[in-house]
Amino acid sequence: MARPVQEVNAGSMADIAFLLLIFFLVTTTIDTDKGIAIKLPPMPEENQPKNDIRIKERNVLQVLVNANDMLLVDGQLSEIKELKRLAKDFIDNPSKNPELSESPQKAIISLKNDRGTSYNIYIQVHNELKAAYNELRDARARMLYGRGMDQLPESRQNEIKDYYRQVISEAEPEG
Amino acid sequence: MKLNKKEKPTPAISTASLPDIVFMLLFFFMVTTVMRETDLKVKVVVPQATEIQKLEKKSLVSYIHIGVPTETYRAQFGTAPRIQLNDAFATPSMIAEFIDKERAARSEQEVPLLTTSIKADREVKMGIVTDVKQELRKANALKLNYSSSLRTEVY
Repeated sequence: MARPVQEVNAGSMADIAFLLLIFFLVTTTIDTDKGIAIKLPPMPEENQPKNDIRIKERNVLQVLVNANDMLLVDGQLSEIKELKRLAKDFIDNPSKNPELSESPQKAIISLKNDRGTSYNIYIQVHNELKAAYNELRDARARMLYGRGMDQLPESRQNEIKDYYRQVISEAEPEG
Repeated sequence: MKLNKKEKPTPAISTASLPDIVFMLLFFFMVTTVMRETDLKVKVVVPQATEIQKLEKKSLVSYIHIGVPTETYRAQFGTAPRIQLNDAFATPSMIAEFIDKERAARSEQEVPLLTTSIKADREVKMGIVTDVKQELRKANALKLNYSSSLRTEVY
């Protein structure tokens, strides 16, 4: 006569599961990394002839940051909080100032920093320039479609991004 | 004769399905969890910014930490900012190898989507960051993210 198979007591299963659950709850990191996304230019090839494309000076906004974290925008000593306004004026040029860019598509922002520039200031400069573009794009989206950029379908977004194309050129480091 | 049943003792809620519920939660966390694979040997307080974007795929991001060595390592490595790749201090020339390794670990379709995230302390100077950038350009790892936290106050 076969003995009846003894059932394993499953009552403590929940406790074990809870223990594991708490372990994973504690070790898990939900927070995703956030930051300013940029795309680096590819390295120029060794034997590539230097292509001296002449760009009209009015289409370039020179942003220089020195080792003392001082900011020079188109030759004028400036401050970080001024940068967004200056960049917006330069890109859009609503007053058709002959010293600022001909059109938003032709606008190029040239960024140059020293090895002694602090990383924080460098990020702030990038941030302000990005903010300038984002605000201009949003304003155009509202003007054309009556809605903000984030509420537009992707095709419209790309259209506006093409209109205000962000061109930030970083100077090759010296030495 | 009483018609309402309120007088009856309420039956106890069955807890038989509790393990199932807990297991479901457990599996959810097991799948979504990403263990911290490196411990930081450098002190990093990322700069604050307003125009930040989320990095979507965590598995497609490789990290480069830059900062001053933490106190434990200060006696050995000094107080000048250093680069940390994975678990070890590195020099800029080791970045190319690091990127190659990161690429080899992914499938071919994923390689163009790989992003490098620079987690640099806000106090470091641009010199070391520029070196890293140049190495990344040489390695053709052009998608870059400057890790920053959200700044709420505006100036």
